[in-house]
Amino acid sequence: MKHLLSTRDLDRATAVSILDIAEDMARTADREVRKLPTLRGKTVVNLFFEDSTRTRLSFESAAKRLSADVITFSAKGSSVSKGESLKDTAQTLQAMGADAIVVRHHGSGAAHLLAHAGWIDAHVLNAGDGTHEHPTQALLDAFTMRQRRYGADSRERDLAGMRVVIVGDVVHSRVARSNVWLLSTLGAEVHLVAPRTLLPSGVETWPVTVHEHLEPALALGPDVVMMLRIQQERMHAAFFPSGREYAREWGLTAERFALLGPDTMVMHPGPMNRGLEISSAAADSSASTVLAQVTNGVFIRMAVLYLLVAGSSEERA
Amino acid sequence: MTGLLIRGATLLGETREDIRIRGGRIAATGRLTPELDERVIDADGLVALPGLVDLHTHLREPGGEASETVLTGTRAAAAGGFTAVFAMANTSPVADTAGVVEQVHALGLQHGYATVRPIGAVTVGLEGERLSEIGAMARSRASVRVFSDDGRCVHDALLMRRALEYVATFDGVIAQHAQEPRLTEGAQMNEGALSGELGLAGWPAVAEESIIARDVLLAQHTGARLHVCHLSTAGSVEVIRWAKARGIAVTAEVTPHHLLLTEDLARGYDARFKVNPPLRRDDDVRALREALADGTIDIVATDHAPHPAEAKECTWAEAAFGMVGLESAVPVLQTTMIETGMLGWEDLARVMSSAPAAIGRLDGYADPLTEGAPANVTLVDPAARRTWSTDDLRGRSRNTPYTGVELAGTIVATVHGGVATVLDGDLRPADEVVAAWAGLREDARG
Repeated sequence: MKHLLSTRDLDRATAVSILDIAEDMARTADREVRKLPTLRGKTVVNLFFEDSTRTRLSFESAAKRLSADVITFSAKGSSVSKGESLKDTAQTLQAMGADAIVVRHHGSGAAHLLAHAGWIDAHVLNAGDGTHEHPTQALLDAFTMRQRRYGADSRERDLAGMRVVIVGDVVHSRVARSNVWLLSTLGAEVHLVAPRTLLPSGVETWPVTVHEHLEPALALGPDVVMMLRIQQERMHAAFFPSGREYAREWGLTAERFALLGPDTMVMHPGPMNRGLEISSAAADSSASTVLAQVTNGVFIRMAVLYLLVAGSSEERA
Repeated sequence: MTGLLIRGATLLGETREDIRIRGGRIAATGRLTPELDERVIDADGLVALPGLVDLHTHLREPGGEASETVLTGTRAAAAGGFTAVFAMANTSPVADTAGVVEQVHALGLQHGYATVRPIGAVTVGLEGERLSEIGAMARSRASVRVFSDDGRCVHDALLMRRALEYVATFDGVIAQHAQEPRLTEGAQMNEGALSGELGLAGWPAVAEESIIARDVLLAQHTGARLHVCHLSTAGSVEVIRWAKARGIAVTAEVTPHHLLLTEDLARGYDARFKVNPPLRRDDDVRALREALADGTIDIVATDHAPHPAEAKECTWAEAAFGMVGLESAVPVLQTTMIETGMLGWEDLARVMSSAPAAIGRLDGYADPLTEGAPANVTLVDPAARRTWSTDDLRGRSRNTPYTGVELAGTIVATVHGGVATVLDGDLRPADEVVAAWAGLREDARG
């Protein structure tokens, strides 16, 4: 694998192997010395055009545990805010010897452009591009689901038979897109819930079942309920009337949470708006995987960096 | 050499004739014998068309000289077989005063590659608030007859009504870029399944169609002429068809790129394919071709929109809208309309020369290629085929969407007002063109 730009490009075997490698990485976390020598001498650049402390820290931590040299480049306050282009920035980083570039950008397609415009030949790892995709988030979500479902017996399994309900601002969500493609590739049954204003055009062509209201989807007895973050400013663009109405209609309120089965996972990519898309009762419950998602994020990013930069599976220690 | 003799051209793809050009006019057609002071152009196997007229060109001067100038843009036009271009108003300063339009017009005259007819802004600064000095521009030496806030739709219904009425006073026409602004805030590409998947904000067809529907009703109500720029959807075709059936004075244009390319090209996020209105679906392309063939769409106009490399070498959302199109217009039309049997060469001459000239009130294009008419002639080699590349461009910018695409036909020669601007498939030097014009003026005085 040269780049990771989208989960749409992943076939089942590749996706499962990433999850399995992440299992290996998770095991190393229990060792006394957590660091692996795998990427010693390699340089991983985190190129962040958007603020995202948690994603950046997760990638930094993943690269460091693999012994890579890590350079973090935040666009704010840098030459980028002085008008330097993505092309120039990328070429500069390449000239500094970047083997892999982890890129987070506000523009959809930015990672694709870096990988294919012919500007650089480093590996490109999409850490979120506009409203397009966020593949490592979907991988860590899938990893978390598999781990909760199968525990120590997770290896080589996919998500066949799992029913996942994703709720909220799908149209603006790169997390939702990446999850839809990946979860369906892994055999899960995916349901989307949102008012029509927050559903992307062409959603009827996606491998999902669409619901406009939350109750009917929850009544299906899902294994996973994933709440997407709602941007407060959306109400000003007439996507919905108010936060209160949104919470009432599509929020995972304490009442709705109480109706879920005992094994249903509650997921959220973070950061959460408590009281808006998710109630504290749900977020703080044992059903919530929010912190496990953060932990697993490091393992998934280690796995992907390993696959991209270190290459063949024979080297796996 | 004071004259030109085009030998053995197929006039409008019909009859084989020679064309003698003297003193800027067609002196004779038929079977002619070369004279000593004539330059002979062997046009065996070539199709002679009237000089082409582009009603929608961005020459960028003044203000955007990094992407194009009147000189470089008219050279691109000549290379594409055009002898007249209508220069869009979105320059800096905006073409909203007699001063700016006269300057642009004069630059065209000075260089001589093509007649430049400036388009005046409908509103001051394209701001959509107050009418610009339409009368002054109409009465200026640039004799502006086409008014447009191109790229900025005149969306205010009252302002549009007044503009239609006021422009009619000067025998002008409003060329409307039909785009409902609120429905297209942040819009990046055609709204549909692909925009949903790519995470690019959609530009819905209804944003174009709703404005056209309103505007044809306003044109009917006011009795004024309306020209609709670059139709891009099947629904827009239906609205125009309905309006024409009602006898409303509306004309419509389509760009070459909307006749060939579809939204699928956005998949690689290559911003060369970012254009406004956006590339649409196969069904739209088919409807646009049919509408051009049956006359619902009156003309082809390029919307030639040059941009510097850095405006396209960036993420899709940050990139500028637009593609260059003057040099490739005839090859795309031959590929999409002639070779599919939907248009003949005579039809092509109508949609790319006489009809746009009539809409823009440009004289000299009504009876082309006939004795006494101004000598605006384009020779096309229809047998040529080539894989398009940026080497085929003659303007200042390189943002063509056709790189690597095989296109039929090539421009072999262009004669503008009796002056050869293109011979043997390439541009004549600027000093030769200027000298030839000076010679013609001297002859006219003498």
